[in-house]
Amino acid sequence: MAEKVLMKGNEALAEAAIMAGCKHYFGYPITPQTEVAAYMAKKMPKTEGGVFLQAESEIAAINMVIGVASTGKRVMTSSSSPGISLKSEGISYLAGCDLPALIINVQRGGPGLGGIQPSQSDYFQATKGGGHGDFHLLVLAPNSVQEMVDMVFKGFDLAEKYRMPAMILSDGTMGQMMEPVSLEKGEINEYDKSWALTGTKGERKPNIVNSLYIAPEELEKLNFERYERYKKIEEEEAMYEEYLMDDAEICIVAYGVASRVAKNAIDQARKEGIKVGMIRPITLWPFPKKALNKAADKVNKFISVELSMGQMIEDIELAIRCKKEVLLCNRTGGMITTTEDVLNKIYEANGGKN
Amino acid sequence: MDSRGIKRITVFSGHYGSGKTNVAVNYALWLKSHCDKVSIADLDIVNPYFRTKDSMKVLEENGVQLISSEYANSNVDVPALPAETYGVLQNKEVHAVIDVGGDDRGALALGRYSDAILEDGDYELLFVINKYRPLTRNVDMTLEIMAEIENACHMKFTGIVNDSNLGDETTAEDVLDSVCYANEVSERTGIPIKMTAVKNDLYDKLSDKIENLMPIELYVRQSWAERNE
Repeated sequence: MAEKVLMKGNEALAEAAIMAGCKHYFGYPITPQTEVAAYMAKKMPKTEGGVFLQAESEIAAINMVIGVASTGKRVMTSSSSPGISLKSEGISYLAGCDLPALIINVQRGGPGLGGIQPSQSDYFQATKGGGHGDFHLLVLAPNSVQEMVDMVFKGFDLAEKYRMPAMILSDGTMGQMMEPVSLEKGEINEYDKSWALTGTKGERKPNIVNSLYIAPEELEKLNFERYERYKKIEEEEAMYEEYLMDDAEICIVAYGVASRVAKNAIDQARKEGIKVGMIRPITLWPFPKKALNKAADKVNKFISVELSMGQMIEDIELAIRCKKEVLLCNRTGGMITTTEDVLNKIYEANGGKN
Repeated sequence: MDSRGIKRITVFSGHYGSGKTNVAVNYALWLKSHCDKVSIADLDIVNPYFRTKDSMKVLEENGVQLISSEYANSNVDVPALPAETYGVLQNKEVHAVIDVGGDDRGALALGRYSDAILEDGDYELLFVINKYRPLTRNVDMTLEIMAEIENACHMKFTGIVNDSNLGDETTAEDVLDSVCYANEVSERTGIPIKMTAVKNDLYDKLSDKIENLMPIELYVRQSWAERNE
């Protein structure tokens, strides 16, 4: 086990990316993700062949990402909510070109310029597209600095495996919080990259990376093919963590920072004899539908704890086919749910204190 | 400097995330029990998230004057310096603690006041170091950041604060393991170690092993930061 160091979530994302072989980072500063860019600026030039480039805008940065991704090399960009909106066009192009890349969103309050405090209100944007057209992003939602490191490796791996962009959905708290972390190198698998633009050297036909298809038949065919891949991902790649679910009568669903607050509330409620547990989605797309649907046959009620106006709750209701009632426990705009907020919602689901 | 060796102005600077703000707040509270008038100025214009102002309550309760940008904690991302900072630096009746933002970028703000501090002369510029931070893991890396900060603020460090920690998980062994590192930073720079900061619960275990140990109380706790075991 590697020696532990004390890191911010944002720094851990940057360091893990470098460890995962990412040599190209393009970004633009925005609170609360600036440490990702700052860390890259310090460290990337000291990495052999490493490129750190502060682009003139978020849009420029994502287009540089498309360029590097076309060559099959690992590439990353990061921003926070309003900046991700700017990148959305490029994200759709990455999907349309079937290019792997890692995009970090350290979420802040919205809509509009919003605020600089933590939020989870880009859930819809991340899981339902994040740009125009028929497509999905892989969305990973770590809830500790250690998991940030693991998810960077996972994100790059899944992106290359399925040739599509992956997003790590973090938030201001996760980005700024400091925790001890063990910088273990994760798995790096080799996938076929014969599609990459690496120069023909006169030995093969040129590869083409493109998202423009004028003939509707052709575009439809490609979209159907892409959704076949998505179906496989939904079948095989959903990640989640269960906490005290064996005898649970109430199931909390929460991700990222909200799941940490929820865990504290669950521990408190358990002390009071209330049987409550948690399913924490680690991938938000694919959403752990099967695990939730299975839980719906056992528990009486669900609670969605989220720092948004009820976005993930829709996926929960769909996953469980509305078999059970789902309560919403939320704060938004940069406010963080307290342990008491969650505890009170648990009492409500329980029909009062025990 | 008075007879107890306390300088009138004490400035804390270093790599960001080393724990400067916690050390500065604890030092200011300690200072208040020895001196009549104590002010702490927050010059951190780099990170709008964790600020001296988070400790406003405990500082006010103990009679320490807090000088911080009116934008701190207001959700407004404006890097503005508090106007009253000059007053504190010039008022000889006040003991001033200055909490500087991280790295050379944070130290630029200190450079704005370096003339006044150097002219006064009765000051300490302390370099807060943490061996468990990834960019100051060894002595060479630490000295690199030190030079960057000195260049940015036009001042030379006069002392070192060893604040090597792994947050909540820090053990007495972690602190002891950092002594060598801190000593080497001191030897290679010729700057003395003024104190070693440890969280409160480690103080008794280490007080007979490390000189000038300073117990640190964490005054700000967030619901997401509660121990999740």
